[in-house]
Amino acid sequence: MVQKTKISAEDGQQDLVITREFDLPLEYLFKAYAEPEIVEQWMGTKVLKLESKKHGGWQFETKDAKGNVVFKANGVIHEFSPGRKITRTFEMENTPFGVQLEVYEFEQLTEDSSKLTMHVIYESAAQRDQMLQLPFAQGINMAHNRLQDIVSKLK
Amino acid sequence: MNLRRDVFQAIADPTRRAILMLVASHSMTAGAIASNFDTARPTVSKHLQILTECELLGQKQNGREIYYHINAKKMKEVADFIEPFRQMWDERFNKLEAIMKNYKSKK
Repeated sequence: MVQKTKISAEDGQQDLVITREFDLPLEYLFKAYAEPEIVEQWMGTKVLKLESKKHGGWQFETKDAKGNVVFKANGVIHEFSPGRKITRTFEMENTPFGVQLEVYEFEQLTEDSSKLTMHVIYESAAQRDQMLQLPFAQGINMAHNRLQDIVSKLK
Repeated sequence: MNLRRDVFQAIADPTRRAILMLVASHSMTAGAIASNFDTARPTVSKHLQILTECELLGQKQNGREIYYHINAKKMKEVADFIEPFRQMWDERFNKLEAIMKNYKSKK
């Protein structure tokens, strides 16, 4: 199977590039990043704030079944060019990962397909590598939370 | 020493990745590996040393020659390391695609 999402992370660098091609017109791909109620659906998090404009701020929060906050992130939008580019900062609260700079570039491929290039710059190479290893723990936590949801409904 | 990170850095280098690809099909001597690169022989030796130290390559003596072979078990571990991160994004993007296709057809 062809891998639709590709990641390139060079030796000792403090950045990485994620690329993905979508079977979606450019307009719809961009919309999925610009509108809070759509971001909520695919990111699986609550969007407390998303001001899609230059100098706008954003804030995401995810809670478990008991109402404990398990993920909280925020940042500022530096560039918002519809159908073309979003530049923003990303900070996961209460973690040692620092602030990331994220540059999203949107491209039309055909009438019905588009491409996203996501360039993420970390404060250091070490922070990037730590972040790369994080989904291990996240995956486990998410599975655990889901289990908790199911169990609490059984009671 | 963080072994995991060393392995990760070892495979992030393009020449070292090329060496791994080369040795993947059959074991080779250092000389045979070096003949595939324009890089100076000592540079290739250095790469082989790094790959051996983090156990991506194994060595086997055959008469006077040392043959390098790939350590398949270790290679899998490396793929496991970046793969969950890629999968996390792949799943998110699949969801985005499905939601927007639905959104589009409703219009």
